[in-house]
Amino acid sequence: MRVTVKLFASFRAGRFVEAAGDYAPGARIAEVIDALGIKAPDVGIIMMDGRHATAERVLHDGARLSLFPLLGGG
Amino acid sequence: MDGLGPFLASEAVDGLLPWAAQVQAAERFNIGLAAVEDWALAAGILPARYARNRQTLSVQQQLTLCRSAVAVVGCGGLGGYLIEQLARLGVGRIVAIDPDCFEEHNLNRQILSSPANLGEAKVDIARRRVASINPAVVLVAIRAAFAPGREDMLDGVGVVADGLDTIAGRLDLARTCRRLGLALVHGAIAGWYGQIAVEYADAPVLERLYAQGGEGGAERRLGNPAFTPAVIASLQVAEICKILLGLDGRLRGRAIRVDLLDMSFDDINLAD
Repeated sequence: MRVTVKLFASFRAGRFVEAAGDYAPGARIAEVIDALGIKAPDVGIIMMDGRHATAERVLHDGARLSLFPLLGGG
Repeated sequence: MDGLGPFLASEAVDGLLPWAAQVQAAERFNIGLAAVEDWALAAGILPARYARNRQTLSVQQQLTLCRSAVAVVGCGGLGGYLIEQLARLGVGRIVAIDPDCFEEHNLNRQILSSPANLGEAKVDIARRRVASINPAVVLVAIRAAFAPGREDMLDGVGVVADGLDTIAGRLDLARTCRRLGLALVHGAIAGWYGQIAVEYADAPVLERLYAQGGEGGAERRLGNPAFTPAVIASLQVAEICKILLGLDGRLRGRAIRVDLLDMSFDDINLAD
């Protein structure tokens, strides 16, 4: 199944801004994060199809995923 | 306070009260500068230092700010700019909460820090800074870390500003604010990037922003340059100002992510 991934902020470094990829049916968001070489604790906000999601959510064909790094400084 | 009203009216020029007259009134009538400011605003006279707030804020709104209190939790990168701007805006009481002293690595961004005050408590420097830029504003300095059991630190405040630098601390503060029914204006930064959101008691967002939890964010690797806390704190203060004046609501259930490298803002729906 085809999933479009948009990366934000520091996740773009050495990767891409937006790209489509093929994933096995039933794949979860966590597997996309792992496949991109992003460490799970570095992920802040996850959006799927414009709505907030968690890494455990199962993807669907045509899903649009946005990943934002965790920001904690002040 | 016989005579104060006529004195202020006689000293006002085009509806503006010069600073020297405000100081003179405080001395002559033996009251604080804050009380003079309140009295003047209630009479429709704007202290001249706020002349450039005109058209943006009415005298009545300036009075509302004068009678408001905001807690700034964390007085580092974000917190320094939050305090600076709240004081210049004319928020009457600022409660500054931070246990730390200035260190050399704060100098690249923390507006209250300078080589001369390394080793001094951040909240003490905040009090001196506010006293120098707007003596009509009261800064209550609390040299301690906010903790869930210390709700008393937030007594009397209308809004809480997040200047913290840990995720666990923010989630604790958010829970406390929800319990107290206080709006928490959140900001966080890392490198070129930042985010803001408002946690309302009936529209929590921080637990979604930090759904994955974590020890810390990208700032551990990226650090924080001078401009990022200034931008994010400014956005926070704009939102705080609106909440105090009852003009807020547009950020309810949303977060704004700021990317200063790409120079883009992204609007994130956290409501559903």
